Formats: sequence, C-alpha cells, structure tokens
Amino acid sequence: MTAIRLEGVSKRFAGFTAVDALDLTVPDGSFFVLLGPSGCGKTTTLRMIAGLEMPSEGRILLDGEDVTELRAGRRDIAFVFQLFALYPHMNVRRNIAYPLRSRGVARAETARRVEEVARMLRIEHLLDARIGRLSGGDRQRVALARAVVRRPRAFLMDEPLGTLDAAFRELMCEELRGLHDCIGATTVYVTHDQIEAMRMADLIAVMNRGRVEQLGTPEELYHRPRSTFVARFIGSPAMNLLACRIEQDAGDPVAVLAGVRLPGIPAPAGTAEATLGIRPEHVRIDETSALRGEVLAVEYLGARQVVTVEGPFGLLKLRAPNRLALAFGDRPGLAFDPGRVVWFDADGRSLATARRREAAGG
Amino acid sequence: MAELRFEAVSKSFGDLTAVRELTLTLADGEFLVLLGPTGAGKTTTLRLAAGLERPDSGRVFIGGRDVTDWPPAARDVAFIFQTFSLYPHLDVRDNLAFPLRAPARRLGEAEIRRRVEAVAELLGIADKLANWATQLSGGEMQRVAIGRALVREPRLFLMDEPLSSLDAKLRETLRIELKRIQRDLGATILYVTHDQIEATTMADRIGVLEGGELLQLAPPREVYDRPAEVRVARRLGSPAINLLPAALVPELVPASGVARIGIRPEDITLGTGAFRARVRQIEPLGADTVVLLEFRDTGLHALTTGRDGLQTGQQLAFDLARDRLLSFDERGHLLTSTGTG
Repeated sequence: MTAIRLEGVSKRFAGFTAVDALDLTVPDGSFFVLLGPSGCGKTTTLRMIAGLEMPSEGRILLDGEDVTELRAGRRDIAFVFQLFALYPHMNVRRNIAYPLRSRGVARAETARRVEEVARMLRIEHLLDARIGRLSGGDRQRVALARAVVRRPRAFLMDEPLGTLDAAFRELMCEELRGLHDCIGATTVYVTHDQIEAMRMADLIAVMNRGRVEQLGTPEELYHRPRSTFVARFIGSPAMNLLACRIEQDAGDPVAVLAGVRLPGIPAPAGTAEATLGIRPEHVRIDETSALRGEVLAVEYLGARQVVTVEGPFGLLKLRAPNRLALAFGDRPGLAFDPGRVVWFDADGRSLATARRREAAGG
Repeated sequence: MAELRFEAVSKSFGDLTAVRELTLTLADGEFLVLLGPTGAGKTTTLRLAAGLERPDSGRVFIGGRDVTDWPPAARDVAFIFQTFSLYPHLDVRDNLAFPLRAPARRLGEAEIRRRVEAVAELLGIADKLANWATQLSGGEMQRVAIGRALVREPRLFLMDEPLSSLDAKLRETLRIELKRIQRDLGATILYVTHDQIEATTMADRIGVLEGGELLQLAPPREVYDRPAEVRVARRLGSPAINLLPAALVPELVPASGVARIGIRPEDITLGTGAFRARVRQIEPLGADTVVLLEFRDTGLHALTTGRDGLQTGQQLAFDLARDRLLSFDERGHLLTSTGTG
C-alpha cells in the first residue's frame, strides 16, 4: 500500500495563496481526513495529490517516489467525487465490473473481483438486479464497490457524501469506514463536515487559510484543541469559549469569570487574561455555584439535550442526558469539570496551566 | 395570531396523492413542525395553508373562518422560503419596510419606522439597517427575510425549510433565535423540514409526514419515546433506532404478536449484562461514541459517552434498559400494552 508525503507544497492562483508551504504525511493504510471550511485549501491539496493541479512549490511523494511531475493517470490513484452516479441501464454486476472491463482486465479475473467486493459490501445477492430497483443505501454500496474494485494504490475522496441527507450520510460513513477496515487502502478524504471526519478518520488535519491548523486523532482534536479555531470547528455544539481574568492568590493563578472566582479550576500563569474553553458535556448543574445564568433554550435531541444559558459571561451551552429537567427561564448554577478545561491566549493559541506544567515537569 | 385548522384535506397532482385526508389543528401561538422526507407532502401542506394550492376535498380554517376559497393575499399569512430573496438595490431598512409600504396598508412613515426598528432589534440586526442587502452574510440575509415577514404582523407564519441553505453553526444559532422570537411574539408557526434536529429542538409538537399521510402528531419527547409506528421510530434519533426481529431476541419479547423490538442506541449499556456481542466498529463523535456491535449476526448500534478500553474485534457483555424497549406488530404499529408500560 501507499504512504503519501507532501513537502513544502504551495499553490498560488493569480496572487491568491490556496495552499501555503504544507508539510504533511499520510501514513500507509490510514484513513486521513482533510477538514476545514470552504476556501481553506483542502480540495486544492487533494487535487495536487491526485495530479489534477501542479504545486507552485514543493514535492509530492507516493511511497517515497517523487510524483510531482507525474500526470494524474500515471499515479494509480482513484479519485472519487460523488458516490451515486451509476449507469442506470446496466445491472449491478456490470456497473461494478465497468472500471475493470474498460481497462481490459480478463473476464474471469473481473468476475472474481466483482464477487469479492460484492461480498465485502454485502450486496452479492443483488448482483443481477437492475439499478432502478435498488434502495438508496444499496445504490451507494454499488457505487462504493465500483470505486474500490480496481484496487488503486490510494483513494482520494472529495466530499463524496455531500449531497446525501443526514440519515444516509450516517449510514455511508459507517460503510466507508467498514470497507476501509477490510481493504486497508490509504484514503485521503476531504470534507467540511466535522462529524464525518470524527466518525471515520484515523487522523484529521484541520486546515485554515492554506495551512494545517492541527493534525491529530479525532480524540486529540476534540479534547486538546491547540487553537480556538479548532475548538470551534470540532464539536457540535462547539466548545464554550469564555473570557476570564487571571488573578494571583498567594502566588497561584486563579481564574475569574464574570466576577466569579473559579478556585478549583487550574489556570494559566504569567498572563492577566485568558480564554477558558470547556465542552458542553463538561458543564454541570451545581446549585452551590455562584456562576449563574438564565436558560434561553432547551434543545431536545432525543438521546441528549443541549441547554443554552445566558449570563454575565455571555452564552454558554451544556449538554446533558435528556432526563435532566431544565426549562426556559430557570436560573441554574453552573460548574466546570476541572480536568476538562483548556486555556487559550489572546491570539487563540492554547496555553499550559501552572498545574499541568508541574505535572509534565515532575 | 390565529389558529390554523385542516379538516380532511386532500390534494393530488395527477396520479400522485400529495396530501391524504389531513386533519390537523395548529393552536394559536403554537410552533408546529411537519417532519418528513422529500415527497412526504410537507410543502404542499404549507401551500394549501397559504392558498397557493386549492384542496381537492376538505376545508382550511384560519382563526375559525373557512378560508378554503380565499385568495392568498386575503389570508394574511407570511410565507418564508428556503432561498431568501431580498431586494439587492435596497438597504436593510427599506427591505424590511417594503411589505409595509404596499398601498393597501396605508401605514404612516412613523409607524413603519417604529415597526422596522422593533423587528431589527429583535433579530439583532439593528446596526445593519443602513447596509445594502448584498453586503450581508448568509445568516444576516435570512434574518432580514424573516424580519420582512415579521414586520407585517401576519396572523400566521408558514416556513419552508428556511435554515437549510445555511451552514451548520449558523443553523444552530438561528434555531435558538427563531424559537425565542416565536415565544416573545406568541407567533403561530407552521414549519416544514426534513431535519430531525430542527424538529425536535424547536417544535411544541411534531407532525411526522410520509407519503402524504400524517403518521403521528405529538410533542417531541413523546414522538421519540413512544413512536406510533416503525416509520416514525426511524425518522427520529441519531444513530437510528435498532429494530430487531422478535425471533432473534425471544427473551425480550413480552407478548405474542410482536414482530420487531425497537432499541434506542443510548439504552444499551456496554461492559456488563446478559448479552454478548463483538465490536465491529467504533465511531467517536466527540461527546459521544457510536459503537457498532455484531450481535447474533445482526448489526446493533450503541451510543456511549466514553470509549474507555474499547477495541474493534473484542467480545463484550452488554445490557439493555428493558423498560425502554419498544414492541411493534407485523404492520409496524407500536404495541401499547407492552414495552415501556
């Protein structure tokens, strides 16, 4: 299989820098997601890996081989745009076989590979069915089978699920990841949807303005975002970001949020102001807390609920099991899980806390 | 604001029955969301309320008066669409004032100014009144579009997926705002969407539509906890409800006549219990983790808050919240005498 490396890759379009000196390694066999808002450079990056765009600077390597100058067709990479475009006049078997037949693969080999991939996707009973007869989910599976049947060195996918409705997207994320677990081909997947990224990725590169803002596993990005950009982009609802003053208490830093001291929360040293980050599920109701706000909205999500509280600190969201009874207009006391708080400086970069630094040092 | 009532309303287009015998009352001040997939009849229902379609049979009432034969303009309802069309050559103030300057309204400029400013304040766009419509962000444009409906002070709001063209974060913000505005004004809103989150977070009651038929009409929690049938159970919840054939789990079947058992993913507890499964896939979502289990050759989704020590391929024990199980009969209807009791 195939590792992909980008070394100092930049791409400029008429004065606009789409991708800015990118260094990136996609490990062999990984499911790697490029995640970011529109215009962050993720699709341009993918197109350069595919050979559909030439970098203005830098090199692209597949398994150590420099392919920067190699045409797209010679890189043996499958580019999957959208998954649902099937040939309606052909049956399932012929749809899946199409990429092999058009490459002149022998008939017996084609049949063998079509059946293998159909088994993997649990559609072997549908091989002789007409496309028009299939359910939506089965159609997507056929499209997937067609994408993987020719066994390229790597898959590149550009928002392949973008046009599907939410329930379907959920299903297809699972299918795609399951398929990846079966065949283990290196996959680079572009999306602006953080949930898709979280569900499927081994590694996520969050991109912003042509650069990688942070690279890590879904858990790392979620629990230890290195910037407020990542903190906001990953998670729904987003991480709460609250402006605090930092005061000294017998030499130890203590955070003060909207006039309320938070003595139990580890705070950063050497700064008078910082932004406290806390995920909605790590905010608790605590009637002894001086930190209070008014419930502005209770959003019922089935398994969970999201409560929006407005207070002197601004808006704050908390996520709780649906059994917690809170209603519009209530004034609950709030507390944060101390182990889950993260801090950011005025530039939105993450800060270490005094306690954490000690722990790291000791 | 006013009540809206449909009495046995049907509407077909050629062979296609878009709305079938719909009977529905939207109370004065209620936020009612019609939820369904494409082709369920949601938009046709809205258009019937607005007077843009005429029913083949049945009657439509607004504020207790039969308006079935009234033209749209006489009904005094405001329609907000998915794509917002503002006048690009006007600033925000004039966009908002436009519906009030219609000759039939005969409102003085002072009154127009008062209403426009009150609505701009409510929507948080008071500082944008002098901006050109083309200088606004997507979220601001949709706020102005909603504002243009609000200034008219209509008797009823009809909204057709008004948030669907916005990005996820903006939708989250506007959902809360729309709910707040509705509560502050006591507005009556009939809102259609295919997005279950919009339905469960904003609605006082949800009407689940499919194939032109109203499958269930109830508050969000009731639709989620006591779905009238399998089609409703599948419509709400993410990941979707697990539906197991009764023969697969005979020990969970409370009575005869049960064809399928419904289990919500959050009602599965991993680690202990009488059942055994293999972990097929682990999908972290941030706050929660979806675990796909292989259980008696069937896939089963569990939703858990942590993924401590979970590994793909491992065997584990799990348990079910038995008082939360749902039993459905052969036709897919909820059996009320059993299950959560």
